[in-house]
Amino acid sequence: MGNEYILEMKGISKSFSSVKVLHEVDFRIKKGEVHALMGENGAGKSTLIKILTGIYSRDGGTILFDGKEIHPADALEAQKAGISTIYQEISLIGQLSVAENIYIGREIKKHGAIDWKAINEKSRELLAGLGLDIDVTKVLSSYGTAIQQMVAIARSILIDAKLVIMDEATSSLDDDEVKILFNIIRKLKAQGISVLFISHRLPEIFEIADSLTVLKDGSLVGEYRTADLTRKELVSKMIGHDAENIVEVKRTYRKVSGEEYLKVSDIQSGIKLKGLNLTIHRGEIVGLAGLLGAGRTELARVIFGIDRKDKGEIWIDGKPVEFKLPAHAIGHGLAFCSEDRKVEGIIPNLTIAENISIANMKEVSRFGVIHHAKQRAVAKEYIEKIRIKTTGTDQKIKNLSGGNQQKVILARWLSMKPDFIILDEPTRGIDVGAKKEIEDLIREISAEGISVLLISSEFEELIRNCDRVEVLRDGKNAGCLRGEEITENNIMSLIATGKVETGGGQSE
Amino acid sequence: MLKNKLKIGGSWIAILVLIVVPSIIYGDKFFSTTNAFNVLRQMSMIGLISIGMTCVILTAGIDLSVGATVALAAVLSAMLTEKSVFLAIFVPVLAGIFIGAVNGFIIARLKIVPFIATLAVQMAVRGIAYIITDIKSISVSEHAASFAILGRGYLYGIPIPVLILALVLVIMGFVCQRTSFGRSLYAIGGNEDAAKMMGIKVARNKAIAYVLTGAFSGLAGVILCSRLGAGQPLSGTGWEMDAVAAVAIGGTLLSGGVGGVWKTLSGVLITALIGNIINLQGNVNTYVQQIVMGAIVLVVIIIQRRTQMKES
Repeated sequence: MGNEYILEMKGISKSFSSVKVLHEVDFRIKKGEVHALMGENGAGKSTLIKILTGIYSRDGGTILFDGKEIHPADALEAQKAGISTIYQEISLIGQLSVAENIYIGREIKKHGAIDWKAINEKSRELLAGLGLDIDVTKVLSSYGTAIQQMVAIARSILIDAKLVIMDEATSSLDDDEVKILFNIIRKLKAQGISVLFISHRLPEIFEIADSLTVLKDGSLVGEYRTADLTRKELVSKMIGHDAENIVEVKRTYRKVSGEEYLKVSDIQSGIKLKGLNLTIHRGEIVGLAGLLGAGRTELARVIFGIDRKDKGEIWIDGKPVEFKLPAHAIGHGLAFCSEDRKVEGIIPNLTIAENISIANMKEVSRFGVIHHAKQRAVAKEYIEKIRIKTTGTDQKIKNLSGGNQQKVILARWLSMKPDFIILDEPTRGIDVGAKKEIEDLIREISAEGISVLLISSEFEELIRNCDRVEVLRDGKNAGCLRGEEITENNIMSLIATGKVETGGGQSE
Repeated sequence: MLKNKLKIGGSWIAILVLIVVPSIIYGDKFFSTTNAFNVLRQMSMIGLISIGMTCVILTAGIDLSVGATVALAAVLSAMLTEKSVFLAIFVPVLAGIFIGAVNGFIIARLKIVPFIATLAVQMAVRGIAYIITDIKSISVSEHAASFAILGRGYLYGIPIPVLILALVLVIMGFVCQRTSFGRSLYAIGGNEDAAKMMGIKVARNKAIAYVLTGAFSGLAGVILCSRLGAGQPLSGTGWEMDAVAAVAIGGTLLSGGVGGVWKTLSGVLITALIGNIINLQGNVNTYVQQIVMGAIVLVVIIIQRRTQMKES
């Protein structure tokens, strides 16, 4: 019995400062199986993986690997124990040859010197065993992501990995490349190597995983055999509501919308966006729903000129536009509150006043010199208008709570008097009180005629605030819900199956 | 890969031009064994330092303390000629190793960026050289006649500093290409996190790169002292930048991970040849040399940047 599992993690807990992100999670993987770890953003997947691979230390719990208790202190130790990780960004060295990437750190030597001939020969054999016939003497970066990933896998076979972790390994692969990768996963399985597979693409999970574990909000939801679950059951487990007893969320907001403002048609970009359409009217709040990686943020980034599109058109007020830079989009009256305010939003050591006016320096300066009184006046206006709790305009933004930081960022964009604002997960990581205030604010600004695109993983937030919800699935439109149609059940059905269930009450 | 080869070709073609054209213009004055050895002897010291610098730059680092190390090594060497020639050669090299170890410790262990770490060490080492000499030139002892051989002597008709450079070059070329340590330098500069994950001892190998640079700088200081017959606390000023320039011109990317010591040889040769040609011109202000070097470094860096962008 004890030999059945290659990995058994028991009662794993982890807190960051005072926030508990993992609550005594149990997680186990059998020998020679492909096991998927599922959960939405913030579920604790990556924390759990990082504890397993020694990047984070755990606060509590035990890890048994191959029957022995391990305490990996860093990634290298985990690797030595037999845990190999293939990351979505390739963790190999692009400037070195394919063969060298496979063998570096354990070079074949002859008379004390590196034997390049043998290394090249063996690498060729190893890759051929995975069905890959390439010139191993060429530098790694001359090959695409898929091949680079396979080189990484070849390396993990060479270092006798017993468990290969593939963290969103397919996220940058196209369909054919995914097929090749899956063949390799099957070969690993045949050799008795276990694979921990993380992907936000549900069809992949159902194709390759033997079993899966679902996490939500840092707790274990359950461990299941993939064959025993339907897609919808899996989605409802990840989102945390039983499909059978969804609590109806009251729609608190209803409004008729104005003329068409933004139109987006057939947007394609890389492999993330596969032809998306979207229309937003003046003063309308449109929600974007979908699982992580469905294309929500990616679409917003294309609209705002951060990422390039390969195909498709964007119209504003009936005129085609082409934003090459966010600055162009801003010039057209667009605003974008990004998801990660720590990285892309706040400038921690500047004051609230500075943080508000930073994107709109012209407004508060004269002949290129910042006019502090003006800057403070603008800040004061918005502190009052959107009720930012602060000791004053000169307080450093890093000393505010998360909710108030988010309000400052909103103030920054609102001070530019935009026509259209994209809000990407505006209430994530914010306490309940501040969350309600921000939601109120969103409805207030839409009443003033500003169009809003609200990206949110919280269905309740979408239901409470949106006139319309566009559901995305794998880079395509899955369906659009309006008014009374916006219910958790409908959103979930669209995400899971791409269809709205008819004839109510029927649940899988 | 092919592009890299072309780039190497490019700098060697430049060297060919820098040899052929002056040979036509100046004839024997330029194209003679004497002048060739002049050029080679002059570049031997910067060459040694540049080889170490290449290792450091391959890891995406930089060592600004080499010039000061040369000065300290030179004055130590001059002082020790009183005692014994053996000590005058080995103690300064050990001092260089120690300085390199300090650099390596600060950078690899304390995780201070190489630019700042080695800048601080540069100032401290230069200060020590000033204090122990009272900023005066120290003459080599009259009893140590044999000491001069190192810098001025010949073996089989070849200047000894040139032989030392050739030996170090061959060894370090081998180290970079055929040893785990050498390859790890490339891996660290290419992607440090990945290198760590691959089981490479990143901190240790980084530190060794600085130790090597320190050792070669110390050796360069000894040769300098032997050539001049004196150790000068002000010597070696700005050599760190000459070395960085030679490495860059040779085609080693300052961002790390790509390059090598043989490439650096071409960079050192180019700089030495240009210096020599400007000297032969006679009436040209020597500062013109610096302007020319500056322009060349700029052009090389722009070309590197272009090819890098094309590759990505």
